Amino acid sequence: MKFAVIVFPGSNCDQDAYYAVTHVLGQQAEMVWHKDASLKGADVVILPGGFAHGDYLRTGAMARFSPIMNAVRSFAESGGPTLGICNGFQVLLEAGLLPGAMLRNRGLKFRCEHVHIRVEHTDTPFTLRCAPGQLLRIPIAHGEGNYYADPQTIASLEKNRQVIFRYTDAGGVVCDEANPNGSVASIAGICNERRNIVGLMPHPERACELSLGSTDGLVILESVVSALTAV
Amino acid sequence: MRARVFVTLKPSVFDPQGRTIAEALHSMGYGGVEDVRQGKYFELDLATTEAAQAKALASEVADKLLANPVIESYRIEIG
Repeated sequence: MKFAVIVFPGSNCDQDAYYAVTHVLGQQAEMVWHKDASLKGADVVILPGGFAHGDYLRTGAMARFSPIMNAVRSFAESGGPTLGICNGFQVLLEAGLLPGAMLRNRGLKFRCEHVHIRVEHTDTPFTLRCAPGQLLRIPIAHGEGNYYADPQTIASLEKNRQVIFRYTDAGGVVCDEANPNGSVASIAGICNERRNIVGLMPHPERACELSLGSTDGLVILESVVSALTAV
Repeated sequence: MRARVFVTLKPSVFDPQGRTIAEALHSMGYGGVEDVRQGKYFELDLATTEAAQAKALASEVADKLLANPVIESYRIEIG
């Protein structure tokens, strides 16, 4: 199984994602430069965290037009498992592959800390191995993770069970105090209607080894391995 | 011909930066400033000399790149 990790100018979690996939999971991975046209036969695509194109204009606004995004779009729209982490999530939003947009964090602070997220649905390739309602302790690191969509879009996300992760307190309860950025409905991650494209603000690749303080992120990457192995 | 594009968050979208600026002004004694909305301003130098063409082109690039229609709206001035 081969992962493609897309590298934009300004990506800075690409090596973390590559390391987690190859060293921790023992899978193949290839770094794919944003000017490339091909995903090189990858079975899974990861859009990593960072500050693609310096976050100029809006987060993800420029990255959306990078040449590789044509291949990412075709892959994702044909059902290929695609994961956007943090800045990668922002790119997926700007590209219209996931609904909604990101605003500045409610408190204007760049939040860099471990948070708890609750797995709301397990029928995506990236949550398959999770238990419903499972709590994951995973770090966030973002200034613009305040997820916004209009009320109709939020209603449709809820109805279609597309809210995949929500910020909670350590007991798994959704509450305003545990919402680090002001996201509508404490949304930390969503999927598309087809459920193969998942975006989340927290960084699972930074929570894959005990020395990093948590291994809770591993299940997200292991899930997609199981999803593809089962086919 | 020059086009000026003003991009702002939609009225329904909370603007944390604008809110913070308003609070700073209040603490400076400018209670008369009731609210602030922060936005972005772009100057586009266009090859055309036709105002209608300029507006159409500016609208197109605003739709495609300068503004995100999910959260922002924009206004264009030509000339």
